Amino acid sequence: MDKNINIKVKIWRQRSPKEKGFFETYNLENISQGSSFLEMLDILNEKLINEGKEPVVFDHDCREGICGMCSLYINGHPHGPDEDVTTCQLHMRKFHDGETITVEPWRSAGFPVIRDLMVNRSAFDEIMQAGGYVSVNTGGVPDANSTPIAKDKAEMAMDAAACIGCGACVATCKNGSAMLFVSAKVSQLALLPQGRIEAARRAKAMVAKMDELGFGNCTNTGACEQECPKSISITNIARLNREFLSAKFKD
Amino acid sequence: MTTINSKIPEGQLAEKWSNYKAHQKLVNPANKRRLDIIVVGTGLAGASAAASLGEMGFKVLNFCIQDSPRRAHSIAAQGGINAAKNYQNDGDSVYRLFYDTIKGGDYRARESNVHRLAEVSNSIIDQCVAQGVPFAREYGGLLDNRSFGGAQVSRTFYARGQTGQQLLLGAYSALSRAVNKKQVKLYTRYEMVDLVIIDERARGIIARNLVTGKLERFAAHAVVICTGGYGNTFFLSTNAMASNGSAALQCYRKGAYFANPCMAQIHPTCIPVHGEFQSKLTLMSESLRNDGRIWVPKKLEDAKAIREGKLNPTDIKEGDRDYYLERRYPAFGNLVPRDVASRAAKERCDAGFGVGNTGLAVYLDFADAINRLGKKVVEEKYGNLFQMYEKIVDDNPYETPMMIYPAIHYTMGGIWVDYELMTSIPGLFAAGEANFSDHGANRLGASALMQGLADGYFVLPYTIQNYLSDQIGVPRFSTDSPEFEAAEKAVSDKLTRLMNIKGKHSVDSIHKKLGHIMWDYVGMARDAEGLKTAIGKIEELKKDFWTNLRIPGNKDDQNVELEKALRLADFIEMGELMARDALNRNESCGGHFRVEYQTPEGEALRDDEHYSYVSCWEYQGENKAPVMYKEPLDYEFVKRQTRNYKS
Repeated sequence: MDKNINIKVKIWRQRSPKEKGFFETYNLENISQGSSFLEMLDILNEKLINEGKEPVVFDHDCREGICGMCSLYINGHPHGPDEDVTTCQLHMRKFHDGETITVEPWRSAGFPVIRDLMVNRSAFDEIMQAGGYVSVNTGGVPDANSTPIAKDKAEMAMDAAACIGCGACVATCKNGSAMLFVSAKVSQLALLPQGRIEAARRAKAMVAKMDELGFGNCTNTGACEQECPKSISITNIARLNREFLSAKFKD
Repeated sequence: MTTINSKIPEGQLAEKWSNYKAHQKLVNPANKRRLDIIVVGTGLAGASAAASLGEMGFKVLNFCIQDSPRRAHSIAAQGGINAAKNYQNDGDSVYRLFYDTIKGGDYRARESNVHRLAEVSNSIIDQCVAQGVPFAREYGGLLDNRSFGGAQVSRTFYARGQTGQQLLLGAYSALSRAVNKKQVKLYTRYEMVDLVIIDERARGIIARNLVTGKLERFAAHAVVICTGGYGNTFFLSTNAMASNGSAALQCYRKGAYFANPCMAQIHPTCIPVHGEFQSKLTLMSESLRNDGRIWVPKKLEDAKAIREGKLNPTDIKEGDRDYYLERRYPAFGNLVPRDVASRAAKERCDAGFGVGNTGLAVYLDFADAINRLGKKVVEEKYGNLFQMYEKIVDDNPYETPMMIYPAIHYTMGGIWVDYELMTSIPGLFAAGEANFSDHGANRLGASALMQGLADGYFVLPYTIQNYLSDQIGVPRFSTDSPEFEAAEKAVSDKLTRLMNIKGKHSVDSIHKKLGHIMWDYVGMARDAEGLKTAIGKIEELKKDFWTNLRIPGNKDDQNVELEKALRLADFIEMGELMARDALNRNESCGGHFRVEYQTPEGEALRDDEHYSYVSCWEYQGENKAPVMYKEPLDYEFVKRQTRNYKS
């Protein structure tokens, strides 16, 4: 049964990318465990505004775990201690009375801090622009049922396509690698006949862009898979490596 | 007297769109390069329009308020997308999809628009599959379908419970490709704050850079608004936190008509409200009604015992359960349209049969489905939804029934557009949920995705050329013109005015008050007295807002509270407009239910003689009542009937 709890939240505050950041600790009383983590932050911000202070800036939008906007590093884990959820789906019942909760932004070379807990993830858009698509224009495409696709292939493609682009994989990786994100898109499209045609070109272009934007290399620690709110599997990384190597051999 | 010209093409219903395309004006490739188009929003409508227009050769500027186009709230649509493919051989056709949509909308949509929507629906599925959208498939490798509310065929294509996500990622992919080819320039974390009009045509926007707080000017030959609906007027809704109606209201204040503002959809299957700090409501997909059965206890004392925690739902014997939708609507059962299902839930709860600790909930039970299909099949179909429910409520829906209650979800009303999706301002277009065009008084499930993509991929890319064809001689605009100067100054003055209120209350605290007024008086059941009360209360709240608001920080800097304040100022205006429109419409139709107008059985009582029109509201200035014009809805091809989901 959900209770009300008293907590301390230790939050990273940073005014701008260039200024130095610091932790500030706030006390919150009578927080319902039925509240979501972000509702707890709403309560904190309401309190700060009423005290004439500046609220904590953080990214969030759909609050149902699908838009990928929320991005908090809570008690050492991206999206917090619960499994298979985004920060917005995390509930206060995962915390106990008297606990101190540490909240940080994603920390990675690829994602510079904008303010407080908000970071710039436009690098993911740039990687997508480098090749994360099937090159078809609108119109003039064949009937949807003209190419049957085996159910298991379609399901595997869907597993990879479930990535929400939040960046938890990068945030948790000691190398700051974006391989799980890139491999999910490469796998989804390589598994389907529609995307197969450009698979090699896509893998090369997306990996090159990822390297260019300062993301690190993958050393197979598997942390990304552990922390991914959508359980994207690292077998996708193996598939990306295969695509990438075979493309290189052909060159 | 202003007459509304909706520019519906001549000819038989099924020939109108072909005739239009055959005779419309086009822009040749060399001239497309010289024409700029601003697209505001990157949801299904915005991303598909921006990508398609870019591919065609126009220079497109595309704006979104989030950090990436992929975050737009279309991403959260769960259930599916309709199309008239008839892959299931169950009697579907373009005409039937058209008819179901018109009937579902309670005969308050334009026949010609809806027929066009049904016609292009099949191309959408083809397009998405070509992009690599992983729709659900049968073992034979062909596409699978499911059924949805308001239809007797299975025409809904889906990708698990994440169809909106997959369709949006498809459109986002196409958009990313267009950005890579320099056909589209992307502006993320930018919010449109005003429309710029030069010589009575839409020629650009003022946008606020949400990271720096600076106002910036952008000029173009045409502006397309794809910014979604205004459901967040209610504070608690299934919309995303930042979803807002401000771009639409900016256009309204510049002269675009606002159509049918009172038409808002209350979705029957949302997770019930849990407490006063709740920030938003979570939808449980309508697809769950395929296999879930909705019920409340038959006996008042059982309902009371459940509310007090003395009984569990599983303690209630089969004979003591009231499957009220199956009882009232035998032909459609749990798959009646959303407005009907929502009102039926409210009726049972108001009568004292509601469950949950608040009494504002009904059960959605999967026990039968699990017995019939097995847990594994149910998990395959709805696993992610069940997981989402469990994380929020801390209850396992495989073992105890889910609790659901209606919540505001979608707005059928929006910026008025003609057949070409052009608003009453030349050069200003609106697509997707932001326009009013296709859903009448109620939208059917799995039709929002269809309409967003229809507008963006297959309608706007044609119709916008008809407008732009006579603009080819117009050179690019300078943003130094007096019109841009004046528009930016007006926005800057408004921001200063907001910052200078220096009151004591946060934006959210005032927004919550607006939400209560809307839910209590402009919600699922409306009456004249209540709507008048709402208008009075909203006026008071407006004063409260402009005297007691507190915004920390500065205006020329990143300032989330200021962003929210700008949106709330518009929601307050929107709320008033919704109430006015609801008060004007002395009938019940679709999502608009006036308690004075109902049948003895409690069903909506439409008045085709007096209210068969689109109400088009024109702004008259601050603190002045808007004027309403009527666009008559002439039903040439379909005979209007009382909606019947009973037999």
